[in-house]
Amino acid sequence: MTRSEIRAAFEDGPALVSYVAAGDPSVEASKEYVEALVDGGSDVIELGLPFSEPVAEGTTIQNAIKRALNAGMTPDAYLDLVRDLDVDVPVVCMTYYNLIYQYGESEARSASENASGDEPRASGGPEEFVAAAAEAGISGFVVPDLPVDESGPMYEACREHGLDLIFIVAPTTTPERLERMLDRTTGFVYVQGRLGTTAPATRSARTRPRPSNACRTPTSRRPSASASRRASRPARSSPAARTASSSGARTSTSSPRAWRTTCPRRTSPTASNRSPRS
Amino acid sequence: MSERGTTTTDEQETRAGKFGAYGGQYVPEVLMPAVEELADAYERYVLANEDGFVDDFRARIREFGGRPTPLSRAENLSERYGFDVYLKREDLLHGGAHKLNNALGQVLLAKYMGKERIVAETGAGQHGTATAMACAYLDMPCEIYMGRTDVNRQRPNVFRMRIHDAEVNPVDVGSGTLKEAINETMRDWATNVEDTHYVIGSVVGPHPFPAMVRDFQSVISEEVREQSREKLGELPEAVVACAGGGSNTMGAFAAFAGSASLPGAPEGTHDPAPDVDLLAVEAGGSSLGVDESEGYAPNSASLSTGSEGVLHGARTKLLQTEEGQIVESHSVSAGLDYAGVGPELAHLVDEGRVTPVNVDDDAALEAFHRLSREEGIIPALESSHAIAYLEEYEGDGPVVVNVSGRGDKDLDTVIEESTARDLDAAPSMEVFEE
Ligand SMILES: Cc1ncc(COP(=O)(O)O)c(C=O)c1O
Repeated sequence: MTRSEIRAAFEDGPALVSYVAAGDPSVEASKEYVEALVDGGSDVIELGLPFSEPVAEGTTIQNAIKRALNAGMTPDAYLDLVRDLDVDVPVVCMTYYNLIYQYGESEARSASENASGDEPRASGGPEEFVAAAAEAGISGFVVPDLPVDESGPMYEACREHGLDLIFIVAPTTTPERLERMLDRTTGFVYVQGRLGTTAPATRSARTRPRPSNACRTPTSRRPSASASRRASRPARSSPAARTASSSGARTSTSSPRAWRTTCPRRTSPTASNRSPRS
Repeated sequence: MSERGTTTTDEQETRAGKFGAYGGQYVPEVLMPAVEELADAYERYVLANEDGFVDDFRARIREFGGRPTPLSRAENLSERYGFDVYLKREDLLHGGAHKLNNALGQVLLAKYMGKERIVAETGAGQHGTATAMACAYLDMPCEIYMGRTDVNRQRPNVFRMRIHDAEVNPVDVGSGTLKEAINETMRDWATNVEDTHYVIGSVVGPHPFPAMVRDFQSVISEEVREQSREKLGELPEAVVACAGGGSNTMGAFAAFAGSASLPGAPEGTHDPAPDVDLLAVEAGGSSLGVDESEGYAPNSASLSTGSEGVLHGARTKLLQTEEGQIVESHSVSAGLDYAGVGPELAHLVDEGRVTPVNVDDDAALEAFHRLSREEGIIPALESSHAIAYLEEYEGDGPVVVNVSGRGDKDLDTVIEESTARDLDAAPSMEVFEE
């Protein structure tokens, strides 16, 4: 397997990961924002491919996604944007599973070409989109509605094309579930620092925020929330990141995903080197 | 394509919750532990009747809900069609719709699980109302999410929910219907998952919801089978039910489709009955098909015209663009206005066990007036779709139609829509005009 570019971004300690909803408000603007974020110090770009039902997002990103969809963002336009980006950091595609699943010769395509409903072909699957994304220069995927339990075909497709599949470790994640995720983790894992969606404090959990159950377990290869909070600090002093943020881009300081860190794969020989504390 | 059908070992081990290729658990990680906890509670309390949970449920749905509901012969419709028409009267269940079967079951289960708060989405407001009633009855705090469009077209139900002391949160995103309400409820659940249970309103969502909601609703077909034995002396030729998400549908079909029975079901009520036709009537809206450029479908016929995809936690049949964006659906009836459908129904349709059909807005409105005038029963607009299908039915009967709810909530819509369409069937409301 090829060396993960995403993992390399964490090699020297904490990395700044910034989010932009692709196509909000236009493809050209997204290209500018992403390049500005990288100039401003982002180590990894998370480029959102807008889906009509963003169940894991709060209002800020929901609105960004809506603007992008209204402006005509599509998976193909997204891949063109990725090809067009002039950045030297890994770009991670963040989207929902249905868009990945339908890409290419899907049943949705044949059904919508033939609304009278002749026997639709059984079809769909992540393979085509993952292949196209790899070709366009995507380094990995975050798919919020694809828990490890359903990730088999996606995992296989990513492995085949040398892409990282990144899982989200939630405050509710149990140690047992974390183990299963680490078995399939190649790049990094998200540590979601509080319950809820990505909205910055528009909806706060009625229980107090706290780091993941699973990640609190003090072993050297597990992430710790406090260390990853440090990881997000540079964003506060990055003017480029702030500018982008006010236009619908999200930096890691404004979202629960701010608490993210490396969570090296269990089999990694260098796991202990990449403790975020180093 | 090479990946299709390939599953790794752990997916094969969790085939529970899959209906053929459909179903599954496509939810954010933050919800997965809650979904697993619920699956465990479902297996213990519902499937295995631990702590007498199902006995408790059955006693309460009888005492509080008023079950069993009658299976009544519709004299005038039978005459009109030349075959026997029987109505399963879920409109007479407490609250006025089948929704209470599920809402009471789930709120009670949440109690058994030690949850302290309930959230739910609602389309027509019937599920929200049923959940608010069950929460008042079982003393649970309750918050309901409802799309703005639905708040406006189902006002009486908004008042009922408030009167039961539930919070009602209008959802302004998108078309402001059921799909958006589900998104927002999932977000609330993800935020408050530790003490909150999400009472999903239909046989949709991640496992165990589709199976569990079906089981609570299966009391409908359990009773239909018993009542058919007494009243028809035989099984019906067909069972007809409308399908939005498909909970009244699966409830009316479960005992005939060979689903496992809820503990305590009378002997024989789930024996195989392959000769009984199961007809799921979807909302044909104003026309079939999807308008790709507008991201809009003027219907909610996901079983008849949709394609496979992943939405709200499950793989199922959806109304979507070729890229996989979910489109805005339409139906004159708020409760059917949804771009997805339960995964088990999608599977039963693929298997040929359930036949999807559809009727359009006009036909549903006419059926609303027909049942009101000829049988003295005002049906919900959702149920009116099932009744409308009788006009097209070609068999010899007897046919059981599930009247999933009563239509009091729909009077404003029906008067407005009937007038706008100049429907012959509609009575004149001129007396009241200024
Ligand atoms: C009376 C009635 N029937 C049917 C439905 C549709 O739901 P389902 O398809 O889950 O039965 C609703 C939903 O609100 C309803 O209120």
